[in-house]
Amino acid sequence: MSVLVLAELDAGALSPTTARIVTAAARLGPVDLLVVGPHAAAETAAGIAGIGKVMVSDNNLLADDLVRLLETLATRYHYLVSAASSVGRDAMPRLAAKLDIQPVTDIVAIESPNRFVRPIYAGNALQTLVDPQEKHVLTIRASAFAPTASGNAAPIETLDTPLASAARLMATHRTESDVPDLANARIVVGGGVAVGSAEGFQVIENLGKILGAAIGATRAAVDAGYAPNAWQVGQTGKIIAPDLYIAIGISGALQHLAGIQGARRIVAINTDPDAPIVKLADLALIGDLFEIVPQLIDELEKLGIKS
Amino acid sequence: MKILVAVKRVVDHNVRIRIRPDGSGVETNGVRMSMNPFCKHAVEAAVQLAEAGKADEIVVVSVGPRAVNDVILTALAMGAHRGILVETDADLETLAIARLLAAIVAEERPDLVLLGKQAVDDDSGHVGPMLAALTDRPQASFASAIAVDGVELEVIREVDHGRETLRLPLPAIVTADLRLNMPRNAALPMVMKARAKPLAIRPAAEFGLDLAPRLQVAGIAPPPERVAGRKAGSVAELAAFIATTVRAGEALQ
Repeated sequence: MSVLVLAELDAGALSPTTARIVTAAARLGPVDLLVVGPHAAAETAAGIAGIGKVMVSDNNLLADDLVRLLETLATRYHYLVSAASSVGRDAMPRLAAKLDIQPVTDIVAIESPNRFVRPIYAGNALQTLVDPQEKHVLTIRASAFAPTASGNAAPIETLDTPLASAARLMATHRTESDVPDLANARIVVGGGVAVGSAEGFQVIENLGKILGAAIGATRAAVDAGYAPNAWQVGQTGKIIAPDLYIAIGISGALQHLAGIQGARRIVAINTDPDAPIVKLADLALIGDLFEIVPQLIDELEKLGIKS
Repeated sequence: MKILVAVKRVVDHNVRIRIRPDGSGVETNGVRMSMNPFCKHAVEAAVQLAEAGKADEIVVVSVGPRAVNDVILTALAMGAHRGILVETDADLETLAIARLLAAIVAEERPDLVLLGKQAVDDDSGHVGPMLAALTDRPQASFASAIAVDGVELEVIREVDHGRETLRLPLPAIVTADLRLNMPRNAALPMVMKARAKPLAIRPAAEFGLDLAPRLQVAGIAPPPERVAGRKAGSVAELAAFIATTVRAGEALQ
């Protein structure tokens, strides 16, 4: 039962997400990768252990062209798989409809090659689905799977993809940051609306810096303009699964909790001892974040944790 | 320009859901229902385009049991001109819904179809891109801004690493993200007026499509519970806990 995985890229380079999707896909059968981007990304992809081959199409494809390419490759595979990323969520349902397949998306567990678990209601319930279709279109929540190690030199095949999209990409605006990518971070420091301002987020970033952490924010903090929307964690933002999540000035709205349920440990700093996040956290400190966080940075430095 | 907006009725997003004890699903009987928040952004976008003189007709469509008329009326009160209910009591999969909507698109021939980017019940986000596939139209999902300029749309999309700007020729399919706009609450006179607007009820069977589910739901379960933690007595205790966790994580690498 062969599997084609659409590799996830970030600014033209292979994203660490790809190796996580490969882990999930390898449970289904032998895996080939499709890289839509530079040849260098395909070379990185070819190093992922267990991959049969890498196909590369050096284009920047919009959903309709990407789906046309996947459709031509679909005849050879039983499973067509991507990350549940903004690319996968855009393209895979379109592909599924073209192939007359009901897709299964945002998979967090694979119980057997046709039995999948996915969260619904913002992670407040888990749905188990049996997919008896001959061919499967799936998206995988990367944070639910560990990355596959590297150690391979799979052959690379170059594809020539004609462009036919009626839509045109005019501009991309990247949220530039020197902090780790949220979706793959081991430590995430998140700020809520209680941080109070974009300047206030500097306090969150300072703590993030000494921990080598990615920075997250609640929807309310993003809506208030304190943090860029690429930082949003929750049902409508990124889903994260770090070893440690430090929630600062975050009350814990259902919307936000949906994005952090995969965190192994949660620490909260909040003025309200009854906030939902405080009840959920492994350890919570009650008090003012602007007093606590600078002290916390000092204490962590004393313990030998430095950027 | 004619706009079709597809909306979904879901358990109100402020309601804490209850899973049925037999694991067959989420309890919806006696639970407050409302229009999916993302669909509200789609309706609002359509109404704003009409107010700006860019659109002359807004048709709102939903699929489901008769009770779904509530959310169609909400959209009519917000400013849509007429409604269509594709009536069915069956619990349809996203592909079946997209196929019914494609049949409506074939009848109505809208220049623009607006949908929410996902519904907050099943969190699928399938229907917009599926409808684009079935009607062979270009798509722009997760829109945070829409501008119409002659026969083209300019859409800003929210993507994982920031934003991107697309231009699409009409007809096209666009799905709405939260920052697209601030949906209005319809004033009471508009709600009264909405009841006088045309609302067609079309049995799903009328479309002659095979709507049978492709997947089997084996069960619905609550997520694993987190054990409630404790409160730290000092910043030093918090720092020690963080340091231990960080070092344990490093050891696993």
